[in-house]
Amino acid sequence: MTVATPRRVRGRIPLPLIVPAGLSLLFLVLPLAGLLIRAPWTTLPQRLTEPGVLTALRLSLQTATLATLLCVVLGVPLAWLLARIEFPGRRVVRALVTVPLVLPPVVGGVALLLVFGRRGILGSWLDSTFGITLPFTTTGVVLAEAFVAMPFLVIAVEGALRGADTRYEEAAATLGAGRWTTFTHVTLPLVAPGVAAGAVLCWARALGEFGATITFAGNFPGRTQTMPLAVYLALETDLQAAIVLSLILLAVSVTILASLRDKWIASP
Amino acid sequence: MKAGGIRTRLAAIAAVALVGLAGCGGDDGDGTAAPAASASGSGVSGSVTVFAAASLTESFTQIGKDFETANPGTKVTFNFAGSPQLATQINEGAPADIFAAASPTTMKTVTDAGNGDGTPVTFVKNQLVIAVPKGNPKGVTGLSDLTKPGVKVALCAEQVPCGAAAKKALDAASVKLTPVTLEQDVKAALSKVKLGEVDAALVYRTDAKAASSDVDGIEFSESSGAINDYPLVVLKNAPNKTAAQAFVTYIQSDKGKAVLTAAGFQAP
Amino acid sequence: MSTPPLLDAHIVVERETFRLDLRIGIEKGEVVALLGPNGAGKTTALRALAGLRPLTAGHVTLDGRDLDRPDRRVWTPTEHRPIGVVFQDYLLFPHLSALDNVAFGPRRHGVRRHEARERAARWLDRVGLGDYTSRKPRHLSGGQAQRVALARALAVDPALLLLDEPLAALDARTRLDTRAELHRHLAEHPGATLLVTHDPLDALVLADRLIILEHGEIVQEGDAATITAQPRTDYVARLVGLNLYRGTADGHTVRVRDGFALTTADQLDGDAFVAFRPAAVALHPERPDGSPRNVWSATITGIQRHGDNLRIQLDGPIGVAADITPAAAAHLRLVPGQPVWVAVKATETRAYPATG
Repeated sequence: MTVATPRRVRGRIPLPLIVPAGLSLLFLVLPLAGLLIRAPWTTLPQRLTEPGVLTALRLSLQTATLATLLCVVLGVPLAWLLARIEFPGRRVVRALVTVPLVLPPVVGGVALLLVFGRRGILGSWLDSTFGITLPFTTTGVVLAEAFVAMPFLVIAVEGALRGADTRYEEAAATLGAGRWTTFTHVTLPLVAPGVAAGAVLCWARALGEFGATITFAGNFPGRTQTMPLAVYLALETDLQAAIVLSLILLAVSVTILASLRDKWIASP
Repeated sequence: MKAGGIRTRLAAIAAVALVGLAGCGGDDGDGTAAPAASASGSGVSGSVTVFAAASLTESFTQIGKDFETANPGTKVTFNFAGSPQLATQINEGAPADIFAAASPTTMKTVTDAGNGDGTPVTFVKNQLVIAVPKGNPKGVTGLSDLTKPGVKVALCAEQVPCGAAAKKALDAASVKLTPVTLEQDVKAALSKVKLGEVDAALVYRTDAKAASSDVDGIEFSESSGAINDYPLVVLKNAPNKTAAQAFVTYIQSDKGKAVLTAAGFQAP
Repeated sequence: MSTPPLLDAHIVVERETFRLDLRIGIEKGEVVALLGPNGAGKTTALRALAGLRPLTAGHVTLDGRDLDRPDRRVWTPTEHRPIGVVFQDYLLFPHLSALDNVAFGPRRHGVRRHEARERAARWLDRVGLGDYTSRKPRHLSGGQAQRVALARALAVDPALLLLDEPLAALDARTRLDTRAELHRHLAEHPGATLLVTHDPLDALVLADRLIILEHGEIVQEGDAATITAQPRTDYVARLVGLNLYRGTADGHTVRVRDGFALTTADQLDGDAFVAFRPAAVALHPERPDGSPRNVWSATITGIQRHGDNLRIQLDGPIGVAADITPAAAAHLRLVPGQPVWVAVKATETRAYPATG
């Protein structure tokens, strides 16, 4: 049985689009190819089973997911505020949200220490009142990752909310729904794909985070040594090991991201 | 994202640019040579790129300035980072004139790869001390105090020379120490002490001395069992061998030695 | 003094370049159509009643309760008003099935989930969509979506039902059927209904009373028969398909422009309207003799098909529209610019006072 190939009715893909697109793809993929080519394929199996590897991977996945959850819980309401409410200083607030994007991650880590560290503005109070310390803990890793990844979520969700049709919210009001109910029953479902897309970006950024993590949470296997930290330290003595670790991280994240269905993260 | 990595890579690119520019101007084709004056390294000009261990930051920067004053027309640029990281970069082709490492093991990776020009020479030694916040709030007197409950300690990761030395010293003293973090270079470990995030760190005497306004350095007897030799070598592919050689000579001269000793290094 | 109507509103909304000022009263069970050209303020009035837009002045009182009265700082937000709205684009929630859409309102009013879904199922049955309960809005045709939107609005038992151009998004054929059904449901609705539309047919079929709105003001109000018989503005006249002129009456003559008067069968004095149907206009290639008292020379400016007839636009002492049969057209040379003689019998005209 032959399946007829769909006839192309829109014409050829224009050259000014496909050439840059191809170059851009090449640009992004070549470094990955470099890693694959230089990987120590012969010694790969035994390297994979080294003790620290799985621990670092598990920790990375756990902290990135927790950080993303934190970003969603805190970031979606902020995005709603920025998109729906006109308040004085809104533009300033929006600019402040992008600060973690501009700040070098290590500086971000230092800033977190200055606030949440043992002698930090809030940290010292947390320590003396509750005995809670955040640096050098897994919670600290989640915090550091959430700090650098939050802007991605807020910006994506704010964009989605702005693009959403507010008339549905009016319709909900005429049916008796208050603002909160409208938000949970109408607005959120409508922008769910946008929120999902933002969460994916957020997760990916959190997974790859290095500078803020190592500065704020430090580096200790099983507790704060995420994959990027393990890679960096491996780089000190063993380039091959670093490549292997990087490939593992890439393989896991690409698999997870590729398995997300288009319709979950595309706009309706 | 990897702060140290980006920093050194950018420095490497900057070094290449500088060397390239200097190469256009300085050495050849000019014809008219400056009249040969004797002791001040005449005929030496151009750019010298030095990759040096993080613990050499303050002293080498000073020596570099002194060298430039003594040899007008020269410019010394530095790339300070953990020695193993620098070794990797050199082996991967980063352009540099000189490599100064904090351990012979790290130097060996460079010479084994055939990137050294001649035999490396040990120019100083460095010894570990316990760095504590100024005033020694936790009353640390020796290695065993570091295992007391409630004392947070930062160590360098084993892959880094200061970490290897720390492990040696701790093993020799039979002290089982669980740090809260394993930092990627000695300066990072020191900064944790400066910020008050940890109560102590095992760093080099030179580091504690350089930060004497913020930290106190506590000597401990077992450190003598783990002294680090610092080797130095001109690199095989050095763009400016003449000036590089002159700088190496300068480091080992009385003037250079004076700076190093003042910083807390020991004679080789 | 009789009891006030269920909906008693004086809507005043001021914007930079526009002012809306109208008084509306709608009794229980009554359907009022708000008609007018684009930009008249009809949708603004509807949104003000719904609470989607605050009043600048005036009041909205429903069932004796003030919903909006700026001078006494009384304001009830939309979600607390006993209203139901059918929007022009229906605005069915895309992520919910037809059943859940209709159940949305009752749920928000405190009805338990199970009962709300039952009520929704009954309503969908009533609008003839009992088998479509699990369909998502994107799988519904225009007519089906319209019915779901109506069911959704009615499911909350609103005291005031508001419809914003409910049939505008439908094609002609569907509109026909839907209009008939809508008439049935509106007749059954016990509360007050306000229907905003620009289609006179909607108003004529669905409404008990018409309010004509132009430039933010009511220009005419009454039942369909009165309005069609005696339009008071160009817009209404065009709406009902009449030629309309305003002038000064003196017995059987109405002077409508300098030097031009129409003779009418009615006798009047003072400010007056004169109207006659396009079908009452006869065209002749030469000046006709005989009984018609209104005769003048005109020029053809436009020709269109109008059902089985032709509608001719004419320029002259007064602009006029004439409907002629193809047979009559055969005797005329119908090209723009062609001079032709117009004749209208006095008995075909109607004159009525402009005031009152």
